[in-house]
Amino acid sequence: MPKVSMTVNGKPVSGEVEGRTLLVQFLRETLGLTGTHVGCDTSQCGACTVHVGGKSVKSCTTFALDCDGAEVATIEGMANADGSLGTIQQAFQDHHGLQCGFCTPGMVMSAAALLKENPKPTEAEVRHYLEGNICRCTGYHNIVKAILAASGQDISAIAAE
Amino acid sequence: MYNFDFERPSTVDEAVKALQAEDAQALGGGQTLIPTLKQRLAAPAKLVSLAGIAAMRFVKTEGGKLCVGGGTPHAVVADEAAKSFPALAKLAANIGDPAVRNKGTVGGSLANNDPSACYPSAALACGATIVTNSREITADDFFQGMFETALEEGEIITEVRFPIPQAANYQKFEQPASRFALTGIFVAKYPDGVRVAVTGASGDGVFRWTEAEKALSANFSADAIAGLSVDPDGMIEDLHGSAAYRAHLVKVLTGRAVTAAR
Repeated sequence: MPKVSMTVNGKPVSGEVEGRTLLVQFLRETLGLTGTHVGCDTSQCGACTVHVGGKSVKSCTTFALDCDGAEVATIEGMANADGSLGTIQQAFQDHHGLQCGFCTPGMVMSAAALLKENPKPTEAEVRHYLEGNICRCTGYHNIVKAILAASGQDISAIAAE
Repeated sequence: MYNFDFERPSTVDEAVKALQAEDAQALGGGQTLIPTLKQRLAAPAKLVSLAGIAAMRFVKTEGGKLCVGGGTPHAVVADEAAKSFPALAKLAANIGDPAVRNKGTVGGSLANNDPSACYPSAALACGATIVTNSREITADDFFQGMFETALEEGEIITEVRFPIPQAANYQKFEQPASRFALTGIFVAKYPDGVRVAVTGASGDGVFRWTEAEKALSANFSADAIAGLSVDPDGMIEDLHGSAAYRAHLVKVLTGRAVTAAR
């Protein structure tokens, strides 16, 4: 079987895969990084969102072999070095940005990609950016609030809604 | 998904060679092809990924044309064409969702020629030139019906050249679940006339609304098309909208595109 090598959360990794092996299968099944979830497996729900080369992609719609040599970041890499929650993760906890939590890894990775491109997004920009991430519990309101809070903006106005 | 061999060449020549294998298939960003493979609607023996070909990723302006490498993701076009061709940048910025835009490519979209995709309307309205590894094809000759193009087996879109219009706009009436165009209109105004391309509406894929082009070339205002109507015969009819609804959208969106054109 072909071999693939990449950097995941700063660590070099490699493994044998098939042509059809998806990035999410490589992450979960070969590397045991099960924080990245498979929701719909049809690239609609965004639960599998990770970063490849600093850009958000759906790991269920990316082949592992297409990421040979790439820098990949997953939810496991979002915590601080001491193991405490990263800023975005902490904001999700503080603002109740999750209920069942299934979509959360993808939401956090999309939020991180958004804040990298646009450090102070408006509420409308956050909602537009999350079009590819589906949550069936929260109604999105607290997710949007958490991301705005993680960007360091005052959310008292929308918190009162 | 059935298994297949996977190759990731770093040059166009290597990719062309790899595609000569039996049942080989080119892979752009994979945002349509991978779901298709999962449904077992395609079963290539070999996939040749074009994502490793750095020379196919660029956005530049040259002699009044915006030239985009065939392997350039939508998100890159959205960023890099924002000043030189804002209507095209806006179209690219509203395809799918951010993660899809980071993977999906202009070459992949045109080669697939989905009847509801956004890019074919821009290519046809601008009279773009589709450059492949072996020749140049005008947009008017390129699109040949739903999912059909002039591309030969194993031919790769290396570049797309869009003549930059004096004014242009894309109006997408979005199907909110798929984020494809239920109907989309690209209007482009050039010194020698106006071109109007329609996506999402016809069962034959993208087409030019020539009656509107004639009227708008004489008078570039939404009033110019007020007396025209679009024949619903041959329009797509599905649970999202009837043929008559789509025909109606073509006219309404063309008017909006003309009014918004900059």
